Amino acid sequence: MLKQTEGSRAVAEAVALCRPEVICAYPISPQTHIVEALGEMVKDGSLAPCEFINVESEFAAMSVAIGSSCAGARTYTATASQGLLYMVEAVYNASGLGLPIVMTVANRAIGAPINIWNDHSDALSQRDSGWLQLFAETNQEALDLHIQAFRLGEELSLPVMVCMDGFILTHAYERVDMPTQAQVDAYLPPFEPRQVLDPAEPVSIGAMVGPEAFMEVRYLAHAKQMEALKLIPGYANEFREIFGRDSGGLCHTYRADDAETIVVAMGSVLGTIKDTVDQMRDAGHKIGVLGITLFRPFPIQQVRDALHNAKRVVVLEKSLAVGLGGILATNVRMALSALPIDVYTVVAGLGGRPITRRSLHALFRKAEQDEIDAVSFLDLNRDAVDKQLARERAHRRTGPAAEAMLRDLGVVAAKLA
Amino acid sequence: MTPQPIYLEEKLKEVQESGRLAYRSKSMPTWCPGCGYFSIVDGLPGALNDLGIAPKDAVVVSGIGCSSRFPFFVNTYGFHTLHGRVLPVATGIKTANDALTVIAVGGDGDGFAIGGGHVPHAARRNVDLTYLLFDNGIYGLTKGQTSPTSSVGFKTPTSPYENPDQPLNPLLMVLTYGATWVGQAYAGRPQQLETMIKQAIAHRGFSYLHILSPCVTFDKTDRTYVRLGDLVRDLPANHDKGDLGAALHLAMDTATPALGVFYETQRPTLADALDGLVEKAGGSVGQKRRTA
Ligand SMILES: Cc1ncc(C[n+]2csc(CCOP(=O)(O)OP(=O)(O)O)c2C)c(N)n1
Ligand code: SF4
Ligand SMILES: [Mg+2]
Repeated sequence: MLKQTEGSRAVAEAVALCRPEVICAYPISPQTHIVEALGEMVKDGSLAPCEFINVESEFAAMSVAIGSSCAGARTYTATASQGLLYMVEAVYNASGLGLPIVMTVANRAIGAPINIWNDHSDALSQRDSGWLQLFAETNQEALDLHIQAFRLGEELSLPVMVCMDGFILTHAYERVDMPTQAQVDAYLPPFEPRQVLDPAEPVSIGAMVGPEAFMEVRYLAHAKQMEALKLIPGYANEFREIFGRDSGGLCHTYRADDAETIVVAMGSVLGTIKDTVDQMRDAGHKIGVLGITLFRPFPIQQVRDALHNAKRVVVLEKSLAVGLGGILATNVRMALSALPIDVYTVVAGLGGRPITRRSLHALFRKAEQDEIDAVSFLDLNRDAVDKQLARERAHRRTGPAAEAMLRDLGVVAAKLA
Repeated sequence: MTPQPIYLEEKLKEVQESGRLAYRSKSMPTWCPGCGYFSIVDGLPGALNDLGIAPKDAVVVSGIGCSSRFPFFVNTYGFHTLHGRVLPVATGIKTANDALTVIAVGGDGDGFAIGGGHVPHAARRNVDLTYLLFDNGIYGLTKGQTSPTSSVGFKTPTSPYENPDQPLNPLLMVLTYGATWVGQAYAGRPQQLETMIKQAIAHRGFSYLHILSPCVTFDKTDRTYVRLGDLVRDLPANHDKGDLGAALHLAMDTATPALGVFYETQRPTLADALDGLVEKAGGSVGQKRRTA
């Protein structure tokens, strides 16, 4: 059914259609609307017999999720930013144990400095955690990916993170096609746990493993993710058959067939990038796009296949590997190893800095001339940085940097004195 | 022009003459009009001023929440840390520089949900700091969800079906954790609040002041000025603040919250204990690096 709704609401309804049995969460912007909508469904009975627990922190949320998944319940939680960082020990625990928990990450920057706006630093900090990571481009895709996430996670006995851009998607009202319960039931069979705390068949979960087998248990996690790469396209096909639309999968090209320049990105910014590329195509530029839906496991071969005819690749990412450059770009580079293709890393949109079509036009035109640096920062105010660096050269005790830089910009709100 | 804190005109002169304006920053509080926190941001300057503690000698440490915006609005040193980490950060500051008056502030969520694990340890170590806990029974900053001090039956966006969880009793907890000064105040009684902040800061050791404070925006039914104003009462005249049992009894009465100093005792502080260790090991405390 087509409806105009908020991204968070759409995701909550999709999660409800998946018949979760335990939901636990701790509020943090911009994730909160999702769990609040689920709370409402608990109240009106539409989520029954699901249990909904308000816990005391994200660490508790993920730990409750681990317990409930071990006890055989289909389990869901959601978080963002600091909340994801705070639960990290349990995040690794869930994947190490192979528990198919589904978690929405409403992508938001991480501090310090504290910032509530969107970028991908939170989810990408967990790239090696052993969770599957899917990135939604639109609210429709966010909704669809949640349904697929339960299926994937439970088939593979692995936890799945569905990442959607905070505010840009979570708080945006868009038209979505909400599936029926019958469609979801046809796609998602009841949860058959691979391991469960069942009194009829006692097991204990959480073994101590020494050097004699630790490598093998960890390799198993890797092998299962590699296996997931083969299975995911099949689940996406099945999804198309039942729901009548394409969603999910590994990665998707757009106007890339004869492209000399291909822009790689994840999440909602793909919309702005595609609009820009359309305009440039109209003006005769040979430029295309590759959107990555599945970040973990990383679809190395498919990315290589999609990009190998390009002359250059511009990876536009909302994340920063401090001391290196890009996170997504590093992965893309690995997919292109030994190919004579220039890969440019462009860090953009950190902490909610708008990524405008205007800036993208300028960037892509320069990139086509190979006039950008190997690593660059879109719309960076370099003067503000230079001013702070100069201050640090001149004085020892320059005080907190963020406060000083805000003061330079004349921002009063965060002034301490 | 940077905005100045707003005072009623007739009060402004009095405030200027009192010297407390020096403790207020030029940042206007961003709280909702009517929020209980305004009484606290007015009370702390009065308390510090009366105690003769200059802004440069005090540091206000906070977690995350509406309450934790507090350091921005006072003119002392300020530190806005992570959600729930106010007490360990404050402990670090006090341990490195004993000369500072350390005031930790934060909400019921910050202190007793996500940060709850730190409270017993700050209390039992008797870290010489003052913890002002702004209890509105709600997560204000994230727009009004239940907190660990919300009443059973309270309806919020994360508990539209009514909160099923028994609330914590922070006063009872800190008393049993070993806090050496414990009191309760109410934002609707600003003068008494200011006096109690002063007493809490003057205490040497871990002082815990529980401040009942309405969230006028997200709580229209439970912890309102109207309801709290009727419920709160003065301490019984014969209350002995050296009597832990009596303090525990007072803390157990959450139906008619008592306002005043519940408990006060003296015990070596964390710094005393650490200094003792240094001396025992043959070192001298005088060698410790301090930036006054
Ligand atoms: C690790 C982490 N989880 C969640 C949040 C989101 N968050 C910010 S403030 C807050 C609760 C605030 O409640 P309280 O401490 O009672 O302060 P109040 O706003 O009521 O003054 C939450 C959940 C966060 N900042 N960090
Ligand atoms: S939301 Fe509530 S706690 Fe926060 S400033 Fe407004 S009234 Fe105060
Ligand atoms: Mg609160």
